Amino acid sequence: MASILAVDDSASMRQMVSFTLKGAGYDVIEAADGVEALNIARDKSVNLVITDVNMPNMDGITLIRELRNLPAYKFTPLLMLTTESGAEKKQQGKAAGATGWIVKPFNPDQLLGTIKKVLG
Amino acid sequence: MSIDMAQFHQVFFEESFEGLDIMESGLLDMDPGAVDSEQINAIFRAAHSIKGGAGTFGFGEISNFTHTMETLLDEMRDGRREITTDAVDVLLKSVDVLRDMLTVAQDGGELDQSSVDAQSRELKRVLDNRAPGQSQAADETPESADGADDDGKAPLIGWHVVFRPHAHMMRTGNDPLRLLREFHALGETRVVCDISGVPPFHEYEPEDAVLSWDIHLDEPVEKYQVQEIFDWVEDDCDLAIMEVYADGVESAPAGEPSQKAAPKPTGKPELKLAEPPPERRKGGDRRQKKAATSAGSIRVDVPKIDSLINMVGELVITQSMLSMLGEDFQHEDLPKLLEGLAQLERHTRELQESVMQIRMMPISFTFSRFPRLVRDLSTKLGKKIELKMNGESTEVDKTVIEKIGDPLVHLVRNSLDHGIETPEVRRAAGKPETGTVELNAYHKGGNIIIEIKDDGKGLDGDLLFRKAVEKGLVREDETLTDQQKFELIFMPGFSTAEKISDVSGRGVGMDVVRKNINELGGSIEIDSELGVGTDIVIRLPLTLAILDGQVVRVGDETYIVPLVSILESIQVRPEMINLVGGKGEAFKLRDEYLPIVRMHEVFDVPSEHVEELTEGLLVIVEAEGHKCGLFVDDLLGQHQVVIKSLEENYGSVEGVSGATILGDGSVALILDITGVIRLGGNRPEDFRLQRTA
Amino acid sequence: MSTETATAETLDIAPRAGEQEGRQYLTFDVAGETYGVDILRVQEIRGWEPVTRIPNAHECVRGVLNLRGAIVPVYDLRLMLELDWVAYDPETVVIIIKVRQGDSDKHVGIIVDAVSDVINELDIEISNSPSFGEHIKTEFIASLATEKSGGMVMLLDADRLPIAGAGDDDEDTDAD
Repeated sequence: MASILAVDDSASMRQMVSFTLKGAGYDVIEAADGVEALNIARDKSVNLVITDVNMPNMDGITLIRELRNLPAYKFTPLLMLTTESGAEKKQQGKAAGATGWIVKPFNPDQLLGTIKKVLG
Repeated sequence: MSIDMAQFHQVFFEESFEGLDIMESGLLDMDPGAVDSEQINAIFRAAHSIKGGAGTFGFGEISNFTHTMETLLDEMRDGRREITTDAVDVLLKSVDVLRDMLTVAQDGGELDQSSVDAQSRELKRVLDNRAPGQSQAADETPESADGADDDGKAPLIGWHVVFRPHAHMMRTGNDPLRLLREFHALGETRVVCDISGVPPFHEYEPEDAVLSWDIHLDEPVEKYQVQEIFDWVEDDCDLAIMEVYADGVESAPAGEPSQKAAPKPTGKPELKLAEPPPERRKGGDRRQKKAATSAGSIRVDVPKIDSLINMVGELVITQSMLSMLGEDFQHEDLPKLLEGLAQLERHTRELQESVMQIRMMPISFTFSRFPRLVRDLSTKLGKKIELKMNGESTEVDKTVIEKIGDPLVHLVRNSLDHGIETPEVRRAAGKPETGTVELNAYHKGGNIIIEIKDDGKGLDGDLLFRKAVEKGLVREDETLTDQQKFELIFMPGFSTAEKISDVSGRGVGMDVVRKNINELGGSIEIDSELGVGTDIVIRLPLTLAILDGQVVRVGDETYIVPLVSILESIQVRPEMINLVGGKGEAFKLRDEYLPIVRMHEVFDVPSEHVEELTEGLLVIVEAEGHKCGLFVDDLLGQHQVVIKSLEENYGSVEGVSGATILGDGSVALILDITGVIRLGGNRPEDFRLQRTA
Repeated sequence: MSTETATAETLDIAPRAGEQEGRQYLTFDVAGETYGVDILRVQEIRGWEPVTRIPNAHECVRGVLNLRGAIVPVYDLRLMLELDWVAYDPETVVIIIKVRQGDSDKHVGIIVDAVSDVINELDIEISNSPSFGEHIKTEFIASLATEKSGGMVMLLDADRLPIAGAGDDDEDTDAD
C-alpha cells in the first residue's frame, strides 16, 4: 500500500489525518514540521506528502519547494492542508511545486476521497 | 467510512489551550512598533491551528471567532497592518474569550454569548480601521451567480472541455491521466488526444507534458463538479469549459463572475473560470455534549518514554535471569541470586525514577500566566513594573504545577500591590521608576526553589511587630529577630494591607499561602530589607508521590520522618539537657539551644515508650527555619515511601502530612515537621526565644 | 496482611445485577441492638485487626487501615452512638462503606460487634419518624424498621455519620 507522509504541527490534526488514512490501509508517517518531514522524506521515499502550511521551523510551502527539488520527489503528489481561503497561499504553494490542496476544515471522507483520486 | 471525531477532541483541546498560552505570552511580549516577525508568526500559527482544528472537529463557532483573529494577525505578520496597542489589547481579550469558548466546548456549561458577540464586534472594529480600499478582503462570501442557467434554454446534456496542460504540469505532481480518470468517474466520457504539441524526438523532454485533450462528458453534471477536477491545475494549463445543450449549442457560460486577480502565465487566449464556490461545511452543529474527561492527561516527551521502555527491558532481562536461576537452584548459585536481586532492586529504582520523570513538567506552565497578570495589574495600579522570569524550564511534579499556581499568584500580587511603589515614590526614593519583580525557579539539593523577589519598599519589621501585638498574636515584651518579625505575616489573621484592595484581597492571604505550600510538603521563607525589597523563597520537594523517609519508633507505633528535614540524629547526654524557664525542655547542640519535642507526648502515644531522654534518640529536624529535637524511642531504617493521602477518606491531621503503606501492608503516618513543632510548642514564640537565646 | 474473615461474596450479600426485589440492608449488632445499612453502600466486610492510630483524633476514630492501597479511617460505631467501648474480639468486624461528603465519596470503616443478616425492604415495615429515648444518638438513624419476626432494625443514614468533624476540623481548608 502507498505510504503517506502527514505533516502538521497540530497533534490533533495529525492524529486525525493519520487515523483516517491508516484506517483506509495506507502507511502513514507523521512529522510535526517541515524540517522533520524533509528528513523523513530524504530517508525513505513516500508516495504522497500532505502538509500543513503554517508550521514552526519550516513552513509547508518551503517544505514543498525543498521536496520538489529532490529528484525522488519530482513527480510525487504534494498536497497542502490550508485554511487560507484566499488564493494567495495556494498560488505560493503552486509556485513552490504543490500538486494541490485540501481546504480545512475537511472531514475524513473528503480527505480520503482526495487521496484516493491522487494516488489512483 | 465514519470516524468518530470525538476521539480527537481531547488532544485538540489540550493543544488549543497550549496555543492560547502561546498567543497570550506572545501578545504580552509584543512591543508595538518593534515586532519580531517570528514572534507574530508564532501567534498567528497558534490561532491558525485552533481555527483549523475547531473547524475540522466540529466547533464552528470557535472556528469563526478565531478566523477574525487570524485575519487580523495575518495582516500584522505581512506588515499590511500596523501593530497598535489597541489591536494587541483587543487580541488579548479575544484570547480570553476564546479560552472561555474552548472551556465550554470541553466541559460543557453556559457560554456567555454576549461577551463572545461583543468581542467579535471589537475584533471587527479593529479590522475595519484599516485603509478603506481593502476593507473587503476574504470575508465576503462570493456567492457565485449560479442563477443564470435554465431560463428558456435547451436542457444541459453535458460538457465539452479543452484541456491543454502546460509543459511543467507533471512536475507539480499532477498527472493529466488522473484528471481524465476523474472525468470518467462523473460519467460517459469521450476523449480526443491532440498530439500536435509533441516535438521532434531530438527535442523531446520526457518530463514535459506535451499532449492536449478534447474531453466530451455526456452527463449534465453541475458545473462545479467539472471545475473541481481542474481546481489544482487551473494555472498549469489552458482550459476551456463549455456547456453542451440538447439543441447542439455549446457555450462558455457568459458573464463569469469575479475573475481571479492572479497573473496569467501565458498570453494565449483562454477561458478561465472562477474558483468554485468554497464548500461550506456544516460541521459546527455536531457539538459533542459529553464533556471530555478532565481526568487530566499528560503529554510526555518521547525521550522519557524511551528511557522507560529501556528500563522495562532491563527489568524483563533481570526477571528472566532470576527465574532461570530459580528453576534449578543450587546452593552455590547464591552469589548469583544475590547479584540478581541487587540488579532487580537497581532496575526497579531506576524504573520508579523514570516513571516519576513522566510527572515532571516545566514550571513555565505556571509562570506563563504572570506576564499577563503583571501587565494588567500594573496598569490598574498605575505602577511601572518589569517582570523577569528565570528557570522556566525547571521541571516540577504535575501536582505542584496544579497547586502552586494560586499561592504564587497571591505572592506576586502582593509584591505588585504592597511591594513595588508608585513611580513618584520610587523617584523620590532615588530608585528607577520601573520596579522589578523577579520569578526564579531552580533545583537545589533535593528541592525545587521558587523565588519571588522585588525591589519594592520592603517589609517594616517593627510595623509588623506592632500590628501583631495589636492583634494579640505576640506579646509586647517578646524580642524577635527581623526574620521572625517578617514571618509574622504568615500568622493566621495577620494582614498588613491598610485598606483592603481588590488586588491582593483581604487578610486570607499569607497564612493560607503558607498552608498550601506546607500541604505540598514545602516551606516558605521571607527576607526583606526596608526600602530595598523583599525576597520570598519557596522550597518544594522534587516529587510529591514519593519521599525518602526515616522510619522511627515511638512505643508500638512507627512514623516516617522525611529525610530532607533531618539534620542529624543524636543520643543525648545528661549534661546537654536543660529546662528553659519552666517552658519546656531544651538541649544544647554545639552553640545552639534547641527545644525537645517528645513525640509520645505530642501524639499522645498510649503504649509503653521510653521516658528517659538519654535512653531514646533525638532526631534533629528543621522546618521553616525552626529547629528542634524530636524525641523517639528508636530509629528503624530508611525507606523510600509512596505518599498516600489521608485526606481522601479522612481529613488533615495536625503534625501528619500523609500516610504510607509499609512492606508488611500496615499503614504508617508521615510526619509534618512544621506541624509537629507547632504541636510540641503550642507557643511558637517559645522556640523563637530559644533560638535567639 | 489483612485476613478478611468474611468477604462480601462469601456472605452472599453482593447486590445482584438487575435486582427485581426491594432494597436490601446489611444488618449488624451493636450493644444488643440491630442496625442496618443500605447494602449498596457496603464495599467490604473484614475481621477486626489492629489499625494505625491517628494521633489526637476523636476517640471514635480508631485509626486507619490499608484498603488495597487506600488509607481508610475506621470508626467505632459504639462510640459514635455514645455507648460504652468494649474490647474487640474475633466476632468484631469492620464494615467498609461508601459515604458521600459534600461532593466526594469517601470510604470509611465502621466497627460493629457482629454482622447479622441481609434483609429485604419488602420483608420489613419502615417507619420514617423514629423516636428514641434520649439515650440514643439519632442524627444518623434514617428510619426504624420492624421485621416480620417482630425484631427492630435501626437503619443508618450513612451520609450522616458523624465523620466529617472527626478529622477535618480546619475551617479554612478551601479558602484560597
